[in-house]
Amino acid sequence: MTKNLDRTEKGLIISLPVLIALGFILPEWIVNYIQVSLGTGLVALGVMLQMRAGLVSFGQGLYFCIGGYAAGMAGKFLGVSDIFVLVALGLFASVTVAFFAGFLLRRYREIFFAMLSLALSMILFGLLSKLEVLGSTDGFNLPSATYLGWAPEGDTAKYALYVATCIPTIICTILLNRYLRGPMGYVGEAIRENELRVEYLGTSAHRAVHIKYIIAAAVSGIGGVLWALALGHVDPEMTNWTTSGQFVFVSILSGTGNIVAPLFGTFILEIVRVYAVEASPNTWQMILGTLMLLTIIFLPKGLWSLIQKKKAAISTQKMAGSES
Amino acid sequence: MLTAIAIAVDGLGFAAWLFLSSVGLTLIYGVMRILNIAHGGFYALGAYSSAWAIGLYLQTGSTVAFTYLLIPLSAIAVGIIAGLLIERGVLRFMYGRDEVLMVLVTYAIFLILEDVTKIIWGTESLVAYQPAYYLGNIDIAGIPYTVYKFALIGLAIACAAVLWWGLNRTRTGKLLLVVIEDREISSALGINVTLFFTVTFIIGATLGALGGAVTAPQISVVPGIGAEIIVMAFAVIVIGGMGSIGGAIIGALFVGFARAISVHLYPAAELFSIYLVMAAVLAVKPYGLFALSERRKI
Repeated sequence: MTKNLDRTEKGLIISLPVLIALGFILPEWIVNYIQVSLGTGLVALGVMLQMRAGLVSFGQGLYFCIGGYAAGMAGKFLGVSDIFVLVALGLFASVTVAFFAGFLLRRYREIFFAMLSLALSMILFGLLSKLEVLGSTDGFNLPSATYLGWAPEGDTAKYALYVATCIPTIICTILLNRYLRGPMGYVGEAIRENELRVEYLGTSAHRAVHIKYIIAAAVSGIGGVLWALALGHVDPEMTNWTTSGQFVFVSILSGTGNIVAPLFGTFILEIVRVYAVEASPNTWQMILGTLMLLTIIFLPKGLWSLIQKKKAAISTQKMAGSES
Repeated sequence: MLTAIAIAVDGLGFAAWLFLSSVGLTLIYGVMRILNIAHGGFYALGAYSSAWAIGLYLQTGSTVAFTYLLIPLSAIAVGIIAGLLIERGVLRFMYGRDEVLMVLVTYAIFLILEDVTKIIWGTESLVAYQPAYYLGNIDIAGIPYTVYKFALIGLAIACAAVLWWGLNRTRTGKLLLVVIEDREISSALGINVTLFFTVTFIIGATLGALGGAVTAPQISVVPGIGAEIIVMAFAVIVIGGMGSIGGAIIGALFVGFARAISVHLYPAAELFSIYLVMAAVLAVKPYGLFALSERRKI
């Protein structure tokens, strides 16, 4: 079993206890940011997954929102607060929607994919902003999570939720890494390069895109549930296109090189945001935009490519050293 | 009957506004193949600059009549300054790249422009309602409408006519059609494609800013209006087929009437209806209702 693990997966498995331990050591506000950015990081992962196939989803907020609202509505109307049930519900809701929407979206590429995904997410935005039962534009609050009947309080509740966020995130990330290393994952890259050839080789590009789309929706839905529980609140902004734009931003910035890149990217962005907004609230988006432009122009494979280059440089140095 | 008249007038009003706000987007896409998200930024800049200029001018206590000159002037100023800076400063290095990449580039520019408006005009709302009321009201079937609204419908028709005439009846316009048809051949024939691109982008930016500038007197100008308009404008140009002026007219009528109908019959569905129409059209005919589908490239 361990033989099949690549370095990223080993790293992820090690990182889980480290993350949980950090929850004890680090000050509370940092832990909060880690928790929130794990939730949104999962959505960025979903965007990155599609980007590998050359598809830019400007509407990933749709599944982020569906996940969050599914959990929220279960809490509000059914009184469910068990985290396992909530995550399962969020996952189920987003996968169901993605399954049907996928039949439509899998036929589109490039800007049409971007625009149709955007349109779908804005439909939900328009719907939720007017639904008074669900609090219109204000949204509504979620109950605090329980764990198979155990209902912790105070600091324990915070910590339990943090742990409960770390575990599914790491599991999802490992599974996604598996997927990307498998044949179905590589088909994505082949589709980006030349879709027609993929079809000639005997694989259905439509089906591959559909599966990719559903997987991306699934992780985004889970991310939505975890994020909503962390904040204790959901509102329609989750599915506004500007939110989806931020997920796209993270994927561009961190690059599609490695599965953990979007998670790191989200966290760093979250921390930078805190200081940038405090220092000068009106230039935050300008910083984002400039960073994004610079990344697209100078680092088309994202910040992660810097790490990869360094690694490559070190290994060639070693090679040269051993030869001499 | 009253509702029907109200829907007709409001639908036309919305359609005129939508056309003015989105024709620049379709022009830039048609010529340059850039789906320009920064269009929302031009719209916001236009709205702010015209509201600000009107406010400054009216403080001097002069007559309101000249504000109608300030609106297009501020739009042109925004279009030339912002359009030139963005096209020469950023976009020209990107020509020939993927269309999707250009979406991301213009998204980055949009984010920058959002903050540029905040830095210049702050986050407070600007109000410049005077031009909208100076022309007075007229009653149609007992419902009062501002004359300004009808002036906008006239302006939209005039814009469409000028664009059509410019593209189809002038030498420059015909050369532009050649550039749209094939960039490389036209530059081999000695047409200055770069200049065409720059000028088109400036015109597109000016039209975007004009959309914002004429809207400013009817609303209170607040941060975030650019993000709202860009999705509407997408819906408009997608419905008729991206890159065609005629398509933008049809799209604007579609969305305008969809919105007017839902506003009068079922207000809760207002936003929802627009995006639904957009998604439905994309689902059935992704290249627009009236566009020929593109050949699939190997």
